[in-house]
Amino acid sequence: MKGRKGLLRFLPLSAMLLFLAGCGEDRLTALDPYGPQAQWIFDNMILSLYVMALVIIVVFTLFFIAVVKFRRKPGDDEIPKQVEGSKTLELTWTIIPIILLVILAVPTIAGTYYLAEEAPEAAGSSGEEEGEEAEEAADAAAEGEDAVVIDVTGHQYWWQFDYPEGFTAGNEVYIPVGEKVWFNVTGNDVIHSFWVPALGGKIDTIPGVENSLWLQADEPGVYKGKCAELCGPSHALMDFKVVALERDEYDAWVDSMSQEEEAPEENSVAAEGRQVFEDQGCIGCHAVEGQGSAQGPTLTNFADRDYIAGVIDFNNENLEEWIRDPQSFKQGNNMQPYPDMSDEDMEAIIEYLNTLSVEDEE
Amino acid sequence: MATATATKDKSVLWDWLTTVDHKKLAVLYLIAGTLFFVKAGMMALFMRIQLMSAENDFLTGQTFNELITMHGTIMLFLAATPLIFAFMNFVIPLQIGARDVAFPFVNALGFWIFFFGGLLLSVSWFFGGGPDAGWTAYVPLSSGEYADLGLDFYVLGLQVSGIGTLVSAINFIVTIINMRAPGMTMMRMPLFCWTGLVVSILIVFAFTPLAAGLALLMLDRIFGGQFFIPDMGGNAVLWQHIFWIFGHPEVYILVLPAFGIISEVIPAFSRKRLFGYTAMVFATLVIAFLGFMVWVHHMFTVGLGPITNSVFAIATMGIAVPTGIKIFNWLFTMWGGKITFNTAMLCASSFVPTFVLGGVTGVMLAMVPVDYLYHDTYFVVAHFHYIIIGGIVLGLLAGTYYWYPKMFGHKLNEKLGILMFWLFYIGFHMTFFIQHILGLIGMPRRVYTYLEGQGMETMNLVSSIGSFVMGAAILVLVINVVYSAFNSERITVNDPWDARTLEWSTPTPIPEYNFAQTPQVRSLDPWFYEKVHGDGTMKPAEPMTDIHMPNGSILPFVIGLGLFTWGFGMVMMNMENTIVPPFLVIGTGVILTFGSMLIRSIKEDHGYHIPLEQVKKIEKEVS
Amino acid sequence: MAGSVDLSKGLPSHPEKSTLEGKNKFLGFWIFLGGETIMFATFFGTFLGLREGTAGGPSAEELFSMPLVFIMTMLLLTSSLTSVLAMFSMKKNNFKNMLVLMIVTVLLGLGFLGFEIYEFVEYVHHGLGYTTSAFASSFYTLVGLHGAHVLFGLCWITTLIIRYSRSGITLTNAPKFYVASLYWHFIDVVWVFIFTVVYLMGIGGA
Repeated sequence: MKGRKGLLRFLPLSAMLLFLAGCGEDRLTALDPYGPQAQWIFDNMILSLYVMALVIIVVFTLFFIAVVKFRRKPGDDEIPKQVEGSKTLELTWTIIPIILLVILAVPTIAGTYYLAEEAPEAAGSSGEEEGEEAEEAADAAAEGEDAVVIDVTGHQYWWQFDYPEGFTAGNEVYIPVGEKVWFNVTGNDVIHSFWVPALGGKIDTIPGVENSLWLQADEPGVYKGKCAELCGPSHALMDFKVVALERDEYDAWVDSMSQEEEAPEENSVAAEGRQVFEDQGCIGCHAVEGQGSAQGPTLTNFADRDYIAGVIDFNNENLEEWIRDPQSFKQGNNMQPYPDMSDEDMEAIIEYLNTLSVEDEE
Repeated sequence: MATATATKDKSVLWDWLTTVDHKKLAVLYLIAGTLFFVKAGMMALFMRIQLMSAENDFLTGQTFNELITMHGTIMLFLAATPLIFAFMNFVIPLQIGARDVAFPFVNALGFWIFFFGGLLLSVSWFFGGGPDAGWTAYVPLSSGEYADLGLDFYVLGLQVSGIGTLVSAINFIVTIINMRAPGMTMMRMPLFCWTGLVVSILIVFAFTPLAAGLALLMLDRIFGGQFFIPDMGGNAVLWQHIFWIFGHPEVYILVLPAFGIISEVIPAFSRKRLFGYTAMVFATLVIAFLGFMVWVHHMFTVGLGPITNSVFAIATMGIAVPTGIKIFNWLFTMWGGKITFNTAMLCASSFVPTFVLGGVTGVMLAMVPVDYLYHDTYFVVAHFHYIIIGGIVLGLLAGTYYWYPKMFGHKLNEKLGILMFWLFYIGFHMTFFIQHILGLIGMPRRVYTYLEGQGMETMNLVSSIGSFVMGAAILVLVINVVYSAFNSERITVNDPWDARTLEWSTPTPIPEYNFAQTPQVRSLDPWFYEKVHGDGTMKPAEPMTDIHMPNGSILPFVIGLGLFTWGFGMVMMNMENTIVPPFLVIGTGVILTFGSMLIRSIKEDHGYHIPLEQVKKIEKEVS
Repeated sequence: MAGSVDLSKGLPSHPEKSTLEGKNKFLGFWIFLGGETIMFATFFGTFLGLREGTAGGPSAEELFSMPLVFIMTMLLLTSSLTSVLAMFSMKKNNFKNMLVLMIVTVLLGLGFLGFEIYEFVEYVHHGLGYTTSAFASSFYTLVGLHGAHVLFGLCWITTLIIRYSRSGITLTNAPKFYVASLYWHFIDVVWVFIFTVVYLMGIGGA
């Protein structure tokens, strides 16, 4: 009885997977893969599901027959035959599982190496191989000339993305579509884990350790990323976004991120805001256009974001509340609260923050 | 030198505090384990309330983290372990035909040290909150820089309770190797004893690295050790290695005795001997051995490289083979039997398919690249709850219903039992099956909330409702215990289940010396053998004489208290403005502990003898 | 219990293992030492993993003084030998001899401990505090833990010597002495590993 129940629950799983796939505008679920790595993982998960379904069907069938057929009737005092065991059966259920495991082990090892591919620079710089190997390395290096390698640092509770062009982005990472992008990850304070379910697997960001992971998005769009390793009270809120753009759009974005700051028009509210931003010491933690430090998320393209601090809907009311009392949104975060900031200052700073955009006028 | 001490004059409380009788200690373990189980279960319910709806604010992130940490820590160290020890303590000496364990004093010592360790962990709530870095306590989150006092209680509480577990395990090993009745060869031992032996060996080799790891973390937090700080030459991954070298065997430490219980209950109620006994024993040994070879599968995303990951993936998959052997042997034990479905058998038989569901996700998790998806998501949460609840808890429930009459002299009510089983079983699948999918759609584990519009609301609600159904089941169990205590018929026969192993040859209630004469064992399932081939009684292996018994002692309690005091003193080193200087407290603890050990060492205690006449009198009373 | 052993012809040849209690103690203690081995192995692993992490503080090559460590090793090895001889005396039922050899063991152990404390004090003077670096922490933890074991062993054996100084060898105390000497050997073996892994490999700069 129990057996059938479990079995029935299990069968609709694959149907459910399909149903659940296409929801939400930010792509999140791993059941709807958008890149080769995610696709590989998904396909092999399905493979293992088939193999496991086979095991489950066999066990549940045997179990079901046993519990129905061999019930003791009331008043039946006969002692059943005491069977010691069976060598043939023991061998059968040793060998068949081994075969099933081999079926899973082969793709496991192949996939482990496939996903562990190093960033092209690393392959090129290792240098002195001879003959074919050297050529291959050279090819890889040539291919990798414009491969994007982004340094990722996990902070409590935000993500820092350093681009090879020298600028920094916070909580939102832009990547070009259709090519492998490498992420070299490390942790700043505690261990976090970098995970974009719709694009691929996760990798831990550990202080003192540099790990690497490649991801590829096959379609332009926004992919939601999460921190997957417990990192403190606001672990659940440490989301980020991966924005995949066509290569030319991506190049344009990189250019505008690298450009010098356009100072706000003089005497405007925004210019006042900029002054407040400096006077209050915001710039001490938040860099803008490459100026200031990266103790807090860089705000260069702040106004392009959909969320404040990765999780709060972007609007001016929320922004003000966030600045006055960040702890009420993200417990344990490191931002200094400004509960007593005057209304004019607040208005100015919000105005200023709203001008921080690198996207074309929309 | 051996004079009978008057046991009758002692008060009930003093008797229980000083007892070294394995049967009474089993009851103490059972009570302590149940209390911790209920406590940690309530925490789980709180967490499920918080996760019932998106962006719920029933709990803060901090409180939630404290709850997940305490839930995991208590369930594994302070609920599952003592509950298993309760059955091991009660059943193993009886099943091997011994009068007590090898070191009755150490047995009591193990219990009290465990108990005071658990208490030390629990008092953290009164000093600024529980530990909050997860039961795995990964550094740097658990280091002095990022975690408060709660983690000190975690480190010292586990250190102390771990010592208790360790000495108990040594005791079980010696008991099983040296104390077996004549004729009880290793290959005639019931499977529960085999798993008990293997598990005890695992504890000796797994809890010691944990002790070392906890010592490192303690030195880091209290004395400024630099083991885990990269800037000072330390390594943050070191802790994970040490923790999982302990942590993975810990899973088998808990699940193997459950396997043992299932291997007792299924044959008893199928009226058929265990199918493939030899294969079962070897499968147990192989599982234990491989259990030490697979710790890195908890660390696939740490970035140890494809070679390491592949090797450990293959080793992990290997464990599926002996486990599969076990599953099929249970199935074929039922096959061709005459099965009686009472609560114990319902729990034991439903264990088999449930555990398979947990096992197959285990193999799926071993596929490294796919694990990059599953790791640290609700998929993993679902997987290990299938193993722990579907495996260990169902096993423990089966054991409870099965051995209850021998332990307490009456059966648990069957109607309430069956109601409990179905509530529990349905609630369990409702809670955890759906969590597999939650993980795949992107819900990391240990999150205190999730945002709206990610498609997680309904599934979380279902899961929460399921957890309450499970809670109701446990409530029914508690009601059953109370109800049965007053309304159930007293058991007067030796063997209410018509079972197979030696513990059922003893009278109910069991006299404190267990066997008036050590039995002569002639076969596997000796009691069944005598019922079928003999005259239904065990043949004695020795003439009836005076019986030597160990004296009770308060020292185990005092040593436990001493270690508690020591641990609390160590935590005080990190407190501000303590009323008493910490070193005074530490000193008191050390003096209590080592002083008691010194007394024990100097004062020779040879126990006492129960004279033959009295033994005869007791035997007449019980039969 | 003692009652089951025939004492009319004097002590049996293995007084430490002739009662069930003695046998249990013997086996239980071996298992305990197995656990201890794993615990020390963990600390050794930690040390090996962290010994390069000097974080700018003094390194092993700069600090270790081989003559001192050599003397310590000799002291401990000799003490192990005297405890073996003591056990031989026990089996020959020569109580006085055993007691003297046990006392020599304790004295040698005390000498070792004294040198170890001196060594630690020296290192602290040279700038290697407990919190200086990961190397320092793991070194002091490993070697200090061994030192704590030596201290515990000394207290234990001393207690036994005092408690049984007049009783002669009995079936009750023989297992106790035997187990204590087993523990002392274990400490000695651990030191051999410390000598190799910590000191020789530290000097060799492997």
